[in-house]
Amino acid sequence: MKTRTIPLVSSFLSCTLLLGPTGLSAADSKPIKIGALFSITGPASFLGAPEEKTSRMFVEKLNASGGIGGRKVELIVRDTGGNPEKAVSFARQLIEEHQVCGIIGPSTSGETMQIKGLCEENKTVLVSCDSSEVIVNPVARYVFKSPQKDSQAILWIFKTARGKGIKRFAVLSSNDGFGSAGKKQVEELAKTEGMEILVNEVYDKAATDLTDILTKVKSKAGVQAVVNWSIVPAQSILAKNMRQIGLDIPLFQSHGFGNPRYVKEAGSAAEGILFPAGRLLVVDELPDGHPQKALLAAYKKEYESRYKEDASTFGGHAYDAILVLTEALKKAGSTEPEKLRAALENLRNVPGTAGIFNFSPTDHTGLDMSAFEMLTVKNGKFTIYKP
Amino acid sequence: MESGALTLQYLLSGITKGSIYGVVAIGFNLIYSATGVLNLAQGEFVMLGGMLAVTLAYYTPLPVAIVGAVLLVAMIGCLLEWSLFRRLPRHSVLQLIVVTIGVSIVIQEAALHIWDEKVRSLPYFTGNEVSSVRIMGAVISPQVLWVLGTITVAVAALHVFLKYTLTGRAMRACSANPEAAMLAGINIRNIRTLSFGLSAGLGALAGCVISPITMTHYEMGGGLAIKGFAAAILGGLGNPIGAVLGGLLVGVLEAGSVRYLPAAYNDVTAFAILLLVLFVRPHGLFGRPTGEAVREH
Repeated sequence: MKTRTIPLVSSFLSCTLLLGPTGLSAADSKPIKIGALFSITGPASFLGAPEEKTSRMFVEKLNASGGIGGRKVELIVRDTGGNPEKAVSFARQLIEEHQVCGIIGPSTSGETMQIKGLCEENKTVLVSCDSSEVIVNPVARYVFKSPQKDSQAILWIFKTARGKGIKRFAVLSSNDGFGSAGKKQVEELAKTEGMEILVNEVYDKAATDLTDILTKVKSKAGVQAVVNWSIVPAQSILAKNMRQIGLDIPLFQSHGFGNPRYVKEAGSAAEGILFPAGRLLVVDELPDGHPQKALLAAYKKEYESRYKEDASTFGGHAYDAILVLTEALKKAGSTEPEKLRAALENLRNVPGTAGIFNFSPTDHTGLDMSAFEMLTVKNGKFTIYKP
Repeated sequence: MESGALTLQYLLSGITKGSIYGVVAIGFNLIYSATGVLNLAQGEFVMLGGMLAVTLAYYTPLPVAIVGAVLLVAMIGCLLEWSLFRRLPRHSVLQLIVVTIGVSIVIQEAALHIWDEKVRSLPYFTGNEVSSVRIMGAVISPQVLWVLGTITVAVAALHVFLKYTLTGRAMRACSANPEAAMLAGINIRNIRTLSFGLSAGLGALAGCVISPITMTHYEMGGGLAIKGFAAAILGGLGNPIGAVLGGLLVGVLEAGSVRYLPAAYNDVTAFAILLLVLFVRPHGLFGRPTGEAVREH
């Protein structure tokens, strides 16, 4: 097998290099190659799995409707298992061997930061599916990301809390990349937003029970709300334990709570949880004229009927990543790196699942505060929080 | 909360965690006692038990699903021993342990492909996610009482089995002196297969009762195995009651540590004390110096 593919690949590579088919004309029948790195398995699989499914669905649909300028798109997906080393070697493979014009993913910030430099060096456009601010701040010319920023999620939490007259928090986070990045941001923004952190605890991401930490929160006088930054299963265990020990204060979760499945896992303990998220989860509540409504409803329906599972905001990040990349390809009319990069940087008013994208040379996220909505759980369903 | 109730709440929280470690440790122990192997795939049996029960619960009532899951995993345990461990000629214990690591990776990957990466759970056996039992101002989830009840029944049943049945006695004989047992006409290979099946079944049962609390996903086995192993070591390898008490002690130490130190240190505290205990009593709190307590029953 190996001996057969290697000459094929190399002869293909030399063809590509010699002829340099960078234009996007129908005469060029070679597919446009886009790489995708997702942690389809491993600890971040709750992100990677829906991302992979979404991106495959997107590309299939795009090709069925004629591709880009008559050329089909070929998506080359690699499973990193959430491992930064694997992300690096797969990114190298995608860039050097497959000569992709751009990469979507990876799913996590750790992996993204490891390949940021690599993409920059090789002039390959990267659209990450992780929300961490460090990916785009400082701006790297070839690196973009599709989800809303962490800091915007925290600002939404503080804004909502202020409306409820809450100023003193217990901040709990898991000891993984997601938890510690969130914790750091919460600490920094609490200072500038005039919020007070009375309890600040980190727990093991594989924790089986969190009653002890919540007992500590309960015994600390003056705590008005809990902010929790972790992913499943800890975020559901925490919600259950809070209700079990009768800690009746509001619970704010991160945007990592954006999957209807987690509500099912936490059962009645999920009632009243507040968290910022994109509008995918509440598409039915949007007014008919909303610019994202049609797109969100179509994506949700298609995903759910095809994969028989709830659509989540995480899959939406991959949808947006490949959407902005393909829009930029259409606009640039070329896979030439510099042209593609410039086209992406100048995309305006592109509605995606997370919000309306408006990129600029200084903003490689393209989303503002309005991309989030504060959601809550009512009768086992997500709904827009109305103070 | 007043101080007394607060202390009790930390204690109950520790018991919640500890009961989980303890119930995992029982299965660890049995295989070790009968074969001398530290089965590092024990956590995977726990995971498989939970996964299978969740799947079966779609089609059958909960008790049937649990019994079905336990039997299935017990069969898997027997099959593993029969197909792998039995075939290793003149194996050393170390080789066997390495094999168990391989087995655990294979089971984990298989679970990922059979099911998926998602988190599942069984429903609470009584009450639901928010219900709790009140004890003198502190609260505990009713599911923890189910875990403690399961532990009690499992330990008692093991005791009766090992002490009063012919097969149980044969198992103890194999553990005490394999050569002598063989000369006495005991089929030592079948006894080993049985002990694997029994441990796997116990692990699966643990996986079912803890599923509502911890939830079940394909990667949960590793973490549970480490804590269960620590519990078994602390209690004294080979002693089922010791394993349970060791588990409870690790849990209570963790919870107590949270009260006075940042929660991030709870593993450090628990393991520091574990090390101290092992310096003073290398065979664990309740273990015999040889570590083969099954025969002493």
